[in-house]
Amino acid sequence: MDPTTSFWTTPVGWTLATTGAIVLVTVGVLISVAFLLLADRKIWAAVMMRKGPNVVGPFGLLQSFADMIKFVLKEIVVPAGADKAVFLLAPIITVITAFIVWAVIPFAPGWVISDLNVGILYVFAISSLGVYGIIMGGWASNSKYPFLGSLRSAAQMVSYEVSIGLVIVNVIILAGTMNLTAIVLQQQGWIWNWFAFGGGAGTWPTVLVMFPMAIIFFVSALAETNRPPFDLPEAESELVAGYQVEYSSTPYLLFMMGEYVNIIFMCAMISLLFFGGWNPGFDVSLIGLETWPEWAANLFYLVVLSLKIVFWFFMFAMVKTFVPRYRYDQLMRLGWKIFLPTSLVAVVAVSAWRVFVVGS
Amino acid sequence: MLQGIAFYLLATVAVVSALLVVTARNPVHSVLFLILAFFSSAGLFVLLGAEFLAMLLVVVYVGAVAVLFLFVVMMLDVDFVRLREGFARYLPFALVIAAVLLTEMILISLAVVNGGAAAGLDTLTPATPEASNIEVIGRVLYTDYVYIFQAAGIVLLIAMIGAIVLTLRHKPGVKRQSVATQVGRDAKTAIEIKAAVTGAGLNPEELR
Amino acid sequence: MIARIQQTVKGALLVDLVGALGLTLREFFRPKHTVNYPFERNPQSPRFRGEHALRRYPNGEERCIACKLCEAICPAQAITIEAEPRADGSRRTTRYDIDMVKCIYCGLCQEACPVDAIVEGPNSEFATETREELYFDKARLLDNGDRWERQIAKNLELDAPYR
Repeated sequence: MDPTTSFWTTPVGWTLATTGAIVLVTVGVLISVAFLLLADRKIWAAVMMRKGPNVVGPFGLLQSFADMIKFVLKEIVVPAGADKAVFLLAPIITVITAFIVWAVIPFAPGWVISDLNVGILYVFAISSLGVYGIIMGGWASNSKYPFLGSLRSAAQMVSYEVSIGLVIVNVIILAGTMNLTAIVLQQQGWIWNWFAFGGGAGTWPTVLVMFPMAIIFFVSALAETNRPPFDLPEAESELVAGYQVEYSSTPYLLFMMGEYVNIIFMCAMISLLFFGGWNPGFDVSLIGLETWPEWAANLFYLVVLSLKIVFWFFMFAMVKTFVPRYRYDQLMRLGWKIFLPTSLVAVVAVSAWRVFVVGS
Repeated sequence: MLQGIAFYLLATVAVVSALLVVTARNPVHSVLFLILAFFSSAGLFVLLGAEFLAMLLVVVYVGAVAVLFLFVVMMLDVDFVRLREGFARYLPFALVIAAVLLTEMILISLAVVNGGAAAGLDTLTPATPEASNIEVIGRVLYTDYVYIFQAAGIVLLIAMIGAIVLTLRHKPGVKRQSVATQVGRDAKTAIEIKAAVTGAGLNPEELR
Repeated sequence: MIARIQQTVKGALLVDLVGALGLTLREFFRPKHTVNYPFERNPQSPRFRGEHALRRYPNGEERCIACKLCEAICPAQAITIEAEPRADGSRRTTRYDIDMVKCIYCGLCQEACPVDAIVEGPNSEFATETREELYFDKARLLDNGDRWERQIAKNLELDAPYR
């Protein structure tokens, strides 16, 4: 069919296609949240020599859905003196910002809702909005404990956003673009083309910088999503639950959902930026991928990306089991005195390599 | 058509929320409306095709500056009644400033429409259709305006150093954690074994 | 100084963390100790002190003689007994209530009982939805005794050598 006269290029068709893509991604992310949340609990349980949830459905697979029904059916308690509008707006903002960043994530070549030129900046801008859900939630509860908790987690997220930003700058300099699809396309081919391993022929010595950067990105992502060992706002064994103390029922569910969507998003980001995105790490012509129909090849790429996301999620869960929680001053020291200078030096090193050795 | 709808939606939200920043009773609500105004103006930038500027506006103003505003406003113990008292008194002054700003903006718009000073920028950087606006901004920033750009950086650095100098105090007698020594301890340096003589009792001097 | 450099290098290379990851991964694949509770149970001691029961003699006569020793010894004062002569002249309780909310499951009542009438059986699953259901009366206790008699008798027999 002639692409210029196709129904999908008309305004109505475009709107329908985009809406369909949005629904598809949202539902996909929601379902993966349900099962990854269960995986989270199962992994901790396995390391602690327990079995974890195993009653609802086979192997407890439906546990997350049971939890969801339980949350939704409970009563929404709004504390006396709370700023009701802001109180209810906060979890909604958290969930919306957690979902709209997925708009620029390329799942396979061409399988992306919006192929923005400034994709990484968009991601960065939207994830900096996520702080507002936390601050507003803590403030609107009209109680000092959620308020202090929200200040703590907001300060933590703002601090680690800086080092995440500088780490991403390394990737941008190596790739020379902010478009996520283009960044992934540059990591095609063998495993040493991934940016964590230097990004291929001309820039392979940067592996000395880029691999530590990948680790710093991972650790900062832990802090950014308030995950153990940086779950200070929550600190479930010492404190009450931080900024969401006063929340119950569906608003609480929204907070939790936003948190897990963010975690999966961070896993996707580290896979895309450092570990080749949908590229399987070997030359795809070995399995004759270019002779496959387009949808089959894209499905293969999607599976590869999902496997990477699941691997990084596994690492997110494992970190909780073997690293003790940081104290707040240690957290700030790590962020500002170690990660920030290291990633700054890395930016200088990578851009020097890029300008003086590779040339523009 | 779609662009028109988006423009009027974003512009209305920006203007209304800017108005609410001034009129809202609660200062925290004011800051939240300010954030909404920032966000809608970022949307307007996107409509202009300046997506890089839009994202920077969100990252810098919404993500960092407004968070600090919000921190300060939330933690200040503001007396709302006294805050409202001066409203009528300062109104004429505020109106004068608003009038000045409005005149300036009208003058700038007229200059742009008539091809004045601001329009001259286009000739400095010929907009190629394939170059993204990151590249164009980078080229202008690091060639024509490189000294001003560096000067801005130095001003920020000086501000940072000033803030540190003003607030950093080394109080004597405060115990600080030295993580390296703490982690670097091993059994040899951490434990001292003393031979205790049976029946001799403890000498308090030795225990020190 | 050397030690500090060593420490920094070790920290930067994440040696400890990788070791810890190895350890947790080993634990991850080891068989689990969890007992699937409602479907599997741990073995129970014959001395287990669970839900109370009033026993009967094999001929169906209730054992309790209303001596009120259990009522006297109960540290939580959970037991209330009232007694009257029955039509055949024997002394029997007209009321035997245990407040299971107060009870601390110390087992002193069964120690005090001269005729092994009040015992704490092996049952620990008698959770109820209301508080009122936990105020046990004589009928309920006798019913418990009838229901658990075989296991109670076996437990008493197993425990007898140690008394």
